[in-house]
Amino acid sequence: MTYIAKPRVHHPALQKNEIGLTRRDYEGTVTTLCAGCGHDSITAAIIHAFWELSIPPHTVAKLSGIGCSSKTPAYFLKEAHGFNSVHGRMPSLVTGANAANGAITYIGVSGDGDSLSIGLGQLCHAIRRNVNVLYVLENNGVYGLTKGQFSASADPGSLSKRGEPNTMEAIDGCLMALTLGATFVARSFSGDKAQLVPLLKAGLKHKGFAFIDVISPCVTFNDHEGSTKSYAYTRENTVEVVQADFIAPAKAITTEYDPGAVREVTMHDGSTVRLRKVADDYDPADRDRAYHYIRKKHAEGEVVTGLLYISTDSKDMQAQNSLGATPLVQLPYEQLCPGSAELAKLQQQFR
Amino acid sequence: MNRVNEFAFKIATANGSGSASANSLIMQAIFRMGVPVTGKNVFPSNIQGLPTWYEIRVSGKGYTARTPQFDLMVALNPATYEKDVKEVQPGGWLLHDSTWPLDERLHRSDITLIGIPLAQMCNDHFSGVRERILMKNIAYAGALSALLGIDADIIRTLLKEKYGRKPALMDSNQKAVDLGFTYAMSNFPCPLPIHLAPLDKTKDAILIDGNTAAALGCVYAGATVGAWYPITPSTSMMEAFKRFCLKYRRDTESGTNRFAILQAEDELSAIGMVIGANWAGARSFTPTSGPGISLMNEFLGLAYYAEIPAVVFDVQRTGPSTGMPTRTQQCDLMMCAYASHGDTKHICLYPSDPREAFEFAVKAFDLAERYQTPVFVLTDLDIGMNDWMVPMLQWDDSYRPDRGKVLTAEQLAEAKAFYRYLDVDGDGIAARSLPGTHPKGAYFARGSGHNKFGGYTEDAEEYTEVVDRIARKVNGARRAVPAPVTQGPGNARLGILTVGGCHAACMEAVDQLAAEGIVVDYMRVRGFPFGEEVTAFLEKHETVFVVEQNRDGQLRSLLTLETGVPVARMESVRYYGGYPMSAHHVIAGIRARLEKVA
Repeated sequence: MTYIAKPRVHHPALQKNEIGLTRRDYEGTVTTLCAGCGHDSITAAIIHAFWELSIPPHTVAKLSGIGCSSKTPAYFLKEAHGFNSVHGRMPSLVTGANAANGAITYIGVSGDGDSLSIGLGQLCHAIRRNVNVLYVLENNGVYGLTKGQFSASADPGSLSKRGEPNTMEAIDGCLMALTLGATFVARSFSGDKAQLVPLLKAGLKHKGFAFIDVISPCVTFNDHEGSTKSYAYTRENTVEVVQADFIAPAKAITTEYDPGAVREVTMHDGSTVRLRKVADDYDPADRDRAYHYIRKKHAEGEVVTGLLYISTDSKDMQAQNSLGATPLVQLPYEQLCPGSAELAKLQQQFR
Repeated sequence: MNRVNEFAFKIATANGSGSASANSLIMQAIFRMGVPVTGKNVFPSNIQGLPTWYEIRVSGKGYTARTPQFDLMVALNPATYEKDVKEVQPGGWLLHDSTWPLDERLHRSDITLIGIPLAQMCNDHFSGVRERILMKNIAYAGALSALLGIDADIIRTLLKEKYGRKPALMDSNQKAVDLGFTYAMSNFPCPLPIHLAPLDKTKDAILIDGNTAAALGCVYAGATVGAWYPITPSTSMMEAFKRFCLKYRRDTESGTNRFAILQAEDELSAIGMVIGANWAGARSFTPTSGPGISLMNEFLGLAYYAEIPAVVFDVQRTGPSTGMPTRTQQCDLMMCAYASHGDTKHICLYPSDPREAFEFAVKAFDLAERYQTPVFVLTDLDIGMNDWMVPMLQWDDSYRPDRGKVLTAEQLAEAKAFYRYLDVDGDGIAARSLPGTHPKGAYFARGSGHNKFGGYTEDAEEYTEVVDRIARKVNGARRAVPAPVTQGPGNARLGILTVGGCHAACMEAVDQLAAEGIVVDYMRVRGFPFGEEVTAFLEKHETVFVVEQNRDGQLRSLLTLETGVPVARMESVRYYGGYPMSAHHVIAGIRARLEKVA
């Protein structure tokens, strides 16, 4: 049961971050997902990313829809407000919350059913709107809670646990996000924490919609031979194109890489994301080429991972709506109500 | 038929031809003469070309309900001649464009024809197709001003106010008015027996539509986030909100806004944004109509169960399905009261005119935050889109929003522990916390089963305890919603009970019945859940006529469900053809029932 609290006993030697918190301070309740679930690895990576960034947990809001993935916000950041909402509708909630209070760090956790079927429309429009949120799509190609139906991300020809092939085309969240004008698009694998944690950190610092598709095998319904979302298939067939390192502001940048292969992107708060290209023919600043590269590799049976695309010069929803530095929720009522004298004056128009 | 200040006329034109400005010019001029006036725009779901009508009722006695009985018809749309000529009362008048030979469909021996060569005059005096068409409308306004005795100086002033900065437009409008006026004056006995005489009954009043008034209410309530999906007849509400926000909430120096308006991809998303914004602590609302509420049902259940404030304006139109999008009804009473799957009940407010739309908009935010639940404000197309004469809106500067129980960082720091759904005060309302306030304030909002501590549960007792408390909480709101309005001796045998925009028609009907010697007590409910006084009213009267605008008697159903008074005590009086209710519908319905009983 998700309300079982973990014991709050900390080992005195646990490492602390800049604000004096240990990783335990970023945890939530005990998971109720299946042992070995990819989602739990993602939760661990999220905890790690927030801890490393030293973000005070109570300044975060974590939102989700419905499904296995959407349960996970209960398992991290117990001191953050959480919202486990309705199926596929988390993007609209985070949009409204963000309009009301842009000073909060928002993370949305969703799954492939939640994002690519019932919630496809909301996801698309939140991307278009460039809502400032880290959106993690925990992608296992299957409906787990209802016991094993294909989701919209299941590859054509992949087999269900009962051996039935999927006959429909798959929706690739990253390709879709690219076509919709997403400003941050990444893909990773739940089993690759070294890749995932820096991506999550960069996504949290991105001012705008940061979309991360994380392939996350379902050990119970989609980890068999014939599945393209299994641990075995994913380990075999992922190919990393751009490695991301996240560097906090004012930290010296060490040059351990060949400078020609490194590209540095300055985020809005002054922090830096250092991109190391692994594939020579890949450019994460070129939306069209990124799109075609992913398609090409897909045709070759390979899943491209890493930071696939980033743009830091577009306006997020807050900027599009000309919202000021003070969040709307903090504006005193006196600044919102025009008062009785103005009402009397205004009404001369209605005579 | 000498009816000074008591008559109605109707103008039949084609949509998109520019008649709207002529019609509002006439309305406003009558209003400025101090004579109570009401306008009903009967328009098609179309951008250009389909028939449209504008009905103006002048009533020195102050009646504002629609009347279907017209003394004068301005028939300028050949597509509807046949229907239009039939609507003129015997002995009445019909104004037509005599540029062309009289259309035989307009022949009627019991009415007087007034032919004015509108097209000819405008072709002679204006150039350009567009201007000629537009000025033809202004010319009929001029003719009406002569025929009905509308003060020409007032019209001149209004044109000056409107086109003061565009002298060329002002000149051509004034010329068109003069053309119509002069022709009517020199060819017909002006004014007609139906005409205006100045009064002083509008000096403390305004002409305003309900959508504008409700939007103004949202501004005054301190709402900062508006989310919406365009839908007739609610669209103009968000447009008005935007207009007011740009006027009052824009910091020109920094270029920043103290509001956010989010045009969503659909109504599901619009209500999601509203719930998200309220959860984060903003006052947020969405205006919509019935089809939008249908889509919002799932989210409304979430807001109800997770106890998040939300304000929804339902500007009702005819259903089911797309229905007649540009015609009015009160057909969402049941849906809003119990929106969503599962056991739910929602606070509803029922304004009867734009002034109440303004006041109840403010009230809705206070109730939503006090009770941490969705609140509906149900108007309709007639209230929302038509110009009503109402007393000037008033504002009390000592008003401060009732944010309900929201814990501050200090309160949370001092608290031993915070549990989101724990009823500490025993009133069914648990305190809430906002994201970002304090580490101790964190909780997990969810639409899944939860216990009073906010934890997930599948335990029968824990689940029941929470949903029972929520029922108690929402029922408690019956004492906080606006109380019913009552009138009458209090001990009559018969009662009339109604809701919303039927008020004007019922008030007129009550007077007419009294003139016939039939005394009734009157009650108009203004909020749901119903207060005890509603049950008492039903129990006290031998027969209560429940007057409403839908086919199935939804108000009567709600009364039956909620008060336990047997349905046999309530006689249903309904009109649901899509026009606003008129006194004539109310009286006809009541008379039919009385005759049946006798």
